[in-house]
Amino acid sequence: MSEMRTPLSRVRGLGSAKKGTEHFWLQRVTALANIPLAVFFVSAMVAHAGADYLTVTAFLSRPIVALVMLLLILSMVWHMRLGLQVVIEDYIHGHTAKLLALILNTFFALAVGTASVLAILKLTL
Amino acid sequence: MSDTADKKINDDTRHVSRHDASKRPLSPHIQIYRWTLTMFLSILHRATGVALYAGTLLLVWWLMAAATGPEAFAFFQAAAGSWIGQLVLFGYTWALFHHMFGGIKHFIWDTGAGFELSAVEWMSRGATVIPILLTLISWVLAYKFMGAF
Repeated sequence: MSEMRTPLSRVRGLGSAKKGTEHFWLQRVTALANIPLAVFFVSAMVAHAGADYLTVTAFLSRPIVALVMLLLILSMVWHMRLGLQVVIEDYIHGHTAKLLALILNTFFALAVGTASVLAILKLTL
Repeated sequence: MSDTADKKINDDTRHVSRHDASKRPLSPHIQIYRWTLTMFLSILHRATGVALYAGTLLLVWWLMAAATGPEAFAFFQAAAGSWIGQLVLFGYTWALFHHMFGGIKHFIWDTGAGFELSAVEWMSRGATVIPILLTLISWVLAYKFMGAF
């Protein structure tokens, strides 16, 4: 038997979306990027612990700093969305609840990413 | 069939199903196994990931406060400088380092290396201890930059 799925299952088109490898790969690529970016971020935070408003905004508005911060945010937000997607798929089994959680996950990641990018652009430009 | 016979069958099935529910072999779960460092780290990797996810709100807050102006930034600094703020940031620092070294360990496993039990054990110990040390070093340095000593 070549086709194990029922006609109804085929029509619904649910099941594997053939995106597993891409998900796995992007999780690793963003994880790899996150290592140097997070090391930079923690170092910058440590060096600016307790620093005043002018020092911090001057630091963040330097193009090279803004560039690394933008890369950090994009990579981090992408990575965390992929990660939480797996957590949701593992623990939330109800169809509607799962779908809703996955959509909220995307909304949260996009909101965090966009707000951070906006803040950095405002500080740099 | 008489009512009595009907009741007898119902009683029997109820008895059988109750019996089955208690004796049926269940798939073992975390409360059955002896705890090992590797399974603890596996759980902690996911937990720190979820914590860092929520923690991005702090990063957004910090950036938005800096972009908004001196008052918003002062408010953030007051919150971050409070004892609860420091505690959360300390936890965030540890979660970040822990998740990073857990990830590095997974990178090594992804290549197919490091699966000998001895390698698994020392990698796991390293991925537990190094993040704690880096967190402490970061905070000592941060306090040094703040002029605490």
